[in-house]
Amino acid sequence: MKPNLILHVVAKFLIPLIIVFSLYVQFHGDFGPGGGFQAGVIFSAAFILYALVFGLDAAEKIIPSQWLHMLAALGLVLYAGVGVVTLLLGGNYLDYTVLGATQIAGQHLGILLVELGVGITVGAVMLIIFFAFAGRGRT
Amino acid sequence: MIDTIINITLLAFLATTSVAIVRMTNLFAIVMLFGIFSLLSAGLFVVMDAPDVAFTEAAVGAGISTVLMLATLALTRNSSKTPYTEASPAHRPWLPLIVVAVTGAALVYGTWDIPSFGDPNAPAQTHVARYYIENSIVETGVPNMVTAVLASYRGFDTLGEVAVVYTAGVAVLLLIGGRRPKTAVKLKDKGEQDEA
Amino acid sequence: MDFLIGHYNYWVVIFLMMVGLYTVISRGNLIKKVIGLNIFQVSVFFLYISIGTVAGGAAPIFAEGIKVYSNPLPHVLILTAIVVGVATTALALALVVRINEAYDSIEEDEIHELDHSL
Repeated sequence: MKPNLILHVVAKFLIPLIIVFSLYVQFHGDFGPGGGFQAGVIFSAAFILYALVFGLDAAEKIIPSQWLHMLAALGLVLYAGVGVVTLLLGGNYLDYTVLGATQIAGQHLGILLVELGVGITVGAVMLIIFFAFAGRGRT
Repeated sequence: MIDTIINITLLAFLATTSVAIVRMTNLFAIVMLFGIFSLLSAGLFVVMDAPDVAFTEAAVGAGISTVLMLATLALTRNSSKTPYTEASPAHRPWLPLIVVAVTGAALVYGTWDIPSFGDPNAPAQTHVARYYIENSIVETGVPNMVTAVLASYRGFDTLGEVAVVYTAGVAVLLLIGGRRPKTAVKLKDKGEQDEA
Repeated sequence: MDFLIGHYNYWVVIFLMMVGLYTVISRGNLIKKVIGLNIFQVSVFFLYISIGTVAGGAAPIFAEGIKVYSNPLPHVLILTAIVVGVATTALALALVVRINEAYDSIEEDEIHELDHSL
């Protein structure tokens, strides 16, 4: 029996559940507690668990650092971009009412996109920070 | 009644954990106690009717912060001395104790006039908050008032916050993003420090 | 007695704040200072959330039949503050790692001596 067998089996079981839970928290932030920040942190926790159990090199193969740098910037651009789109459609900056046919539809779409941007950036930045700390000192 | 008892118990645990953090000298144990402190505070936030905040505090405090502190402990391990132990303080603690006591007394004097805990007629509950509680479901159609205020009414603040998180990520990358092997360079051996 | 029940948790919060402040100013180990700063931050969050609770109120999520809600505004402020706090902690710990690589120590007194600055 390999020395880390229990850890490997339990991690393989838990990591998909954690990712699905983070997506649930992200998209149900309107109807219950949750939202972008919590979802981003939980999403990064899944990959941190993978890195702790299977090694940093395996984790960096499934999420290359280039992707993380681009995703972190992408979330912020998405958030600011929603504001620019509302400017172009005739409203104020970040005025979600012009995004949809009715005010409530526009607000729903605006909040969804904005929370998505927040979640993407927070998850990517937490992973960037963890990989920076864990990779220091290795040649 | 049961609410008050749970409140008192959790606060007592928190106070005990924080005093233990100050008094212990083994850094590994202190980081573990910090994780416990975060989890207890998340429980206390739930008792105080703040599930969003409890969620974030549990994920961020007991999750990310503890992992980063353990990583820092691993990176700052010095094999020459006893590892993970704090050096005993060189100064007597009288001056910090006096400063802390005076500041604490001033703050307690300041809380003499605060409205009671849970008072529904406090000024904090009667002005802007009433507008948000009554109108956020009508104007935005989102049942979670905290998300509605965070993403819609106060969207600029959240934009600034995402920018702050991104900046912190960039700054950490600049500081320790490279993979240099750990070589301690004492400042008196090398004339000028010129690491990137 | 009413005064005591209405104010005791502010006093416990101030006690936590002072414990955090004492850890920052009196201990020399850099990691312990960062942990003390975090304790201080969490106690400030308690202060805000305590101001926002309403006795007998529910969590601020709209549901049929609930009349009294807790104040959602402090929750919003503290959500932002928690995330900014973890960003600050990550940056502080990165600085500690770099200081250790330069001076081979994380004790404030030894660093001052090595730096000849005190």
